[in-house]
Amino acid sequence: MEKIAIVGAAQTKYESRKADQTFYDMVFDVTTAALEDAGLTLADIDNIITVSNDFLDGRTISSMAVGEAAGAHDKNISTVEGDGTFGAFYGAMRVLGGFRSTLVVAHSKGSEGNPQFISNAMFDPIYHRPLGLDTTSAAALQANAYLTRYGITEEQCAQVAVKNHGNARHNPLAHQPLEISVEEVLRSPKVADPLKLLDCSPVSDGAAALIIGNEEIARKAKTKPAWVKGVAHCAEEYFLGDRDLANPKALRDAAKRAYQMAGIRDPRREIDVAEVYDAFSYMEPLWLEGLGLCDPGQGGQLTESGLTAMNGALPVNPSGGVLSAHALLVAGLARLIEASLQIRGEAGAHQIPGVKTALAHGTHGPCGQSHCIWILGES
Amino acid sequence: MSDWRDEVEALTLKGQIKMPYTWSVGETGSRFLVALRDEQKILANRCPLCGTVYVPPRKNCGTCFADIGTDDWLEVGPEGVVTAFTIIHQAHPLQPLATPFAYAIIQLDGADVGFVHILKDGWDRLKNGVRVRAKFGIERNGRILDIDGFEILT
Ligand SMILES: [Zn+2]
Repeated sequence: MEKIAIVGAAQTKYESRKADQTFYDMVFDVTTAALEDAGLTLADIDNIITVSNDFLDGRTISSMAVGEAAGAHDKNISTVEGDGTFGAFYGAMRVLGGFRSTLVVAHSKGSEGNPQFISNAMFDPIYHRPLGLDTTSAAALQANAYLTRYGITEEQCAQVAVKNHGNARHNPLAHQPLEISVEEVLRSPKVADPLKLLDCSPVSDGAAALIIGNEEIARKAKTKPAWVKGVAHCAEEYFLGDRDLANPKALRDAAKRAYQMAGIRDPRREIDVAEVYDAFSYMEPLWLEGLGLCDPGQGGQLTESGLTAMNGALPVNPSGGVLSAHALLVAGLARLIEASLQIRGEAGAHQIPGVKTALAHGTHGPCGQSHCIWILGES
Repeated sequence: MSDWRDEVEALTLKGQIKMPYTWSVGETGSRFLVALRDEQKILANRCPLCGTVYVPPRKNCGTCFADIGTDDWLEVGPEGVVTAFTIIHQAHPLQPLATPFAYAIIQLDGADVGFVHILKDGWDRLKNGVRVRAKFGIERNGRILDIDGFEILT
């Protein structure tokens, strides 16, 4: 594969209600800030990819409403309705297809619509929507299947929430930096067994942008490039009943191919930091199993063992993860941006020392129906 | 840092999108839902290549891409085993009944995939592995909720 890199990025602060900004405003801000970060101008950008969802924005072909805010005036603009990691995947393909660069920008304002109505609408209208399923109730079914399969405890999941909200205290952009105890997570209001309120990510408003460039653009940009070493995605069945919810096979497939591309043989040893899509606390250990960073059923012990802590051998979600800031669609792009900042050594107070290889993970669809894995490296 | 909202009122606009749809249920779905409505039977169909029994029935096998067609249809359930469940505590207007109630993935007898539906009561006995039975509603109109819910047997 030709060399491509993430050469600039920006995120808004994630908040429950950005009352002072339209989504257009946020897109303009992060587009401007990503160019500034890279030390590039719009003249250096060949393509724009926007990531949005019509239901979230409350407008048909929502992507078309943010072209000018994304600097697309005289450019090739196209869109991805999915997690930001998939938008970035498309952006990477454009650069590999011969363009110099792509700017990928994702936005969402969960505060403006109704997340339960919107997430119910992702289910089949004949068989599943009338049951009232939404993101959280579907996730609760997966949590139940996963916890009972392996004897993973609610305490072990709560430890993930404690760790990630704690990490978020070192990330000024996080929505919910919290100093909480396992006991507080366990005692927080029941939402859908076994999920309590603090097992669930908040719904955040926010936007993020990144610039992917070829070697010429990487040389021109003022940042240290975060080189794309491997990237892959995979999806599994749409109906929850068709899937083994405790065994994320699409994630396994995507991770295997991303590792292969990156030449990674022993991911547990070779990956220095991982940012994964922990929309619910149980997801972090489940995704770590799918990523092959531990054996099936062993994910529950990783937090307690300290392995995934900020100062552990494999820090996971030093930014605070999705549990601490969940702007839908944006959250995967944020994982990729955080991974690139770790490579650059510019993650601020949540920088992990000496990161050479970083993993970013995004997911889309109920219970991790599809996954996109990125491996970034410093050379 | 100055905030523009100190200078001018920050307006918001209320809106609502209420969009009626009329979804075609199609041949596969219509055969399934009509059997629920008229015969109180849960129909499934079997992939001619890998033998997977799907409920609800499918037009094609997602794994083999084989056209399942109408040849190999069979009745499954009405009993089955709970393989995953959640008791819902947080209410929202799209739920078909008041909380608490449960969602479960049920492995219906004779089927190879899980069937997602509702349990209305019996929490003290609800666990994975418990046997349940479909209870049909009295008024049925060709909807997935023609099955009123599943009842715990043991
Ligand atoms: Zn088949």
